[in-house]
Amino acid sequence: MANRVWILLQHRGTGLHPMSAEAIAAGVKLAALVGAEAEAILPCADPGSAAEEAAAFGVARVRVIQHEKLSDYTPGAFAGAISAAAAADAPGWIVLPHSYQSVDYMPRLAQLLDAALVPEVVSFRQDGEALIWTRPVFGGKLQSDVRVKGAGPIVVSVQSGAFPATRSDTTAPVEQLEVDATRIVPDREVLGVEEVAGEQVDLTQAPIIVAVGRGIGGTENMDKVEALAEALGAEIGASRPVIDSGWLPRDRQIGSSGQTVAPKLYLAVGISGAIQHLVGMKGSRCVVAINKDPSAPIFSISRYGIVGDLLEVLPALTEAVRAAKS
Amino acid sequence: MKIGVLIKQVPDAEARLRPTADGRWIDEQEIAFGVNEGDAYAIEEAISIAERTDGEVVAVSIGPERAREALRKALALGAHRAVHLSDGAFQGGDPWANGRALTAVARREGFDLILSGSQSSDAGFGCTGTLVAGMLGWAHAWLVVGLEVEEGGKTAQVTREMEAGKNELLRVSLPAVIEVQAGINQPRYASLKGIMQAKRKELTELTPADLELDPTQVGAAGSRLEILSVSVPSKGEGALILEGDIESMARELVEKLRTEARVL
Ligand SMILES: Cc1cc2nc3c(=O)[nH]c(=O)nc-3n(C[C@H](O)[C@H](O)[C@H](O)COP(=O)(O)OP(=O)(O)OC[C@H]3O[C@@H](n4cnc5c(N)ncnc54)[C@H](O)[C@@H]3O)c2cc1C
Ligand SMILES: Nc1ncnc2c1ncn2[C@@H]1O[C@H](COP(=O)(O)O)[C@@H](O)[C@H]1O
Repeated sequence: MANRVWILLQHRGTGLHPMSAEAIAAGVKLAALVGAEAEAILPCADPGSAAEEAAAFGVARVRVIQHEKLSDYTPGAFAGAISAAAAADAPGWIVLPHSYQSVDYMPRLAQLLDAALVPEVVSFRQDGEALIWTRPVFGGKLQSDVRVKGAGPIVVSVQSGAFPATRSDTTAPVEQLEVDATRIVPDREVLGVEEVAGEQVDLTQAPIIVAVGRGIGGTENMDKVEALAEALGAEIGASRPVIDSGWLPRDRQIGSSGQTVAPKLYLAVGISGAIQHLVGMKGSRCVVAINKDPSAPIFSISRYGIVGDLLEVLPALTEAVRAAKS
Repeated sequence: MKIGVLIKQVPDAEARLRPTADGRWIDEQEIAFGVNEGDAYAIEEAISIAERTDGEVVAVSIGPERAREALRKALALGAHRAVHLSDGAFQGGDPWANGRALTAVARREGFDLILSGSQSSDAGFGCTGTLVAGMLGWAHAWLVVGLEVEEGGKTAQVTREMEAGKNELLRVSLPAVIEVQAGINQPRYASLKGIMQAKRKELTELTPADLELDPTQVGAAGSRLEILSVSVPSKGEGALILEGDIESMARELVEKLRTEARVL
């Protein structure tokens, strides 16, 4: 197997998607572990500043696959271009960010390369001959160690936040990578991008947020959340299931597909702490978790925790806040 | 339009999860199972498309004996038939192995459209539907929050979620695998009549031989991933868990937020 680790970069606007730098960190680490060279690959129509940005994170080189059919993302064009390039260089490992775009085409790429798939890796280690990959299961409540059976390339995506981006003091060269353009075949028509309706509530400026999760059980208990939020002078946010169930409007959603917030105080009420939620609020200065399950992952990123039934805790807390303020 | 809907039975969100003694998977005793969250939305989407197009919905699941309950649920909601891959050879598969089996079912049934969830809540690969699409040579879209089959049934308009509150609008040619995301619709509840009717609807059990697959191509044997262990992640520093009765915990929390964390 060829001694190359490829890191597939993702554009955002004209620059680099922030998760790309994390993918590079993972790829560089993997390359060091297996004794391979780390190369960053940028499929695009116009590299903008993305290739130069990627060059600063410790890869041996950045290689740009440039073609007009890569201007809009489509899985057919992206997986086609990358697999065409890989046919010549046969990278043993391909690392992608676990982003909404990369995961959309990662299985197709694996198929074109007849590669094993290891999605959402949070860490890896060598155990004798074998590489062991650790990934979350059950929404992060547990984690699982897995191993790839047999030979052949391995395609992995890395979870956001698991491999912090680290700048290098050297700058890698940027090169063009020519591929067989007949393999770049868009398989969707991209009609446009829309803002999700009603993004009226801006939670990013709120100093205090009371965020409510599925544990609230339904709209009939929402008044208890409102009372606490009012006593605290807080905004109300929510995890995704609360929104999907129609208990609160979409513009209150916090997480990877909602808003990213970093208030000084974040109260997570009846929220388990799945990664897609955590990425939207883990920058908060002080997190408090209220949950009846003491093993809920939210407690691991919280400063204070109350284990109990939120229907009892919320009114008590509201009273305590009112008492302290008067 | 003949629509296949891929459903997985998974532990309930509330289930207490404990690794087994050998640490390889979770202890399935004493926990409740249900239809994977995203798949429940896929069922609703399939049924409502079938209602509009006079189509047929076939629910398909790979899983042990217990997974029949999930299929019965789909039938009670309005799916017309169900296919269950319960044979031992199918169990313990990764997306590659499950993708092969589900693809074989799709070929046998002649689906015009396949709906799946975007991610299972247990293994959470997020890859199975896309692999099925690739194996069939079909288009796909992952994280779909809007779907409209266009006039003539040759294309569909698809709204796909992007990060940070944006959506992408696409046109995808059919047949395709559409991997729906929670929130795409409001799933209906099963009616009593539906539940009664489900008991008489056809539920077919298929073996690898029925699908012309070698048992080594599916299940754990056909997988590239081997699960070595499951474990509870380390809690890091973790939270300071307050003790006492509810009122005193509440008072102590407010006190700490004011004087220790200084955020109130
Ligand atoms: C691609 C993708 C994008 C996603 N984007 C987002 C996103 O932007 N934001 C987001 O939040 N999620 C998102 N999700 C969903 C995410 O994976 C989780 O499913 C979700 O965050 C779980 O929400 P929850 O914690 O409210 O519910 P659950 O995980 O069901 O947790 C409910 C919690 O409430 C507790 N509880 C129940 N009853 C009580 C009670 N009476 N008192 C106290 N505690 C109680 C339970 O112990 C449990 O911990 C996304 C998923 C995918 C696949
Ligand atoms: N065992 C299974 N049987 C039927 N469908 C499945 C199975 N596993 C996964 N799927 C489908 O594929 C989707 C994604 O699953 P996963 O790739 O495991 O995250 C699920 O939401 C289901 O629709």
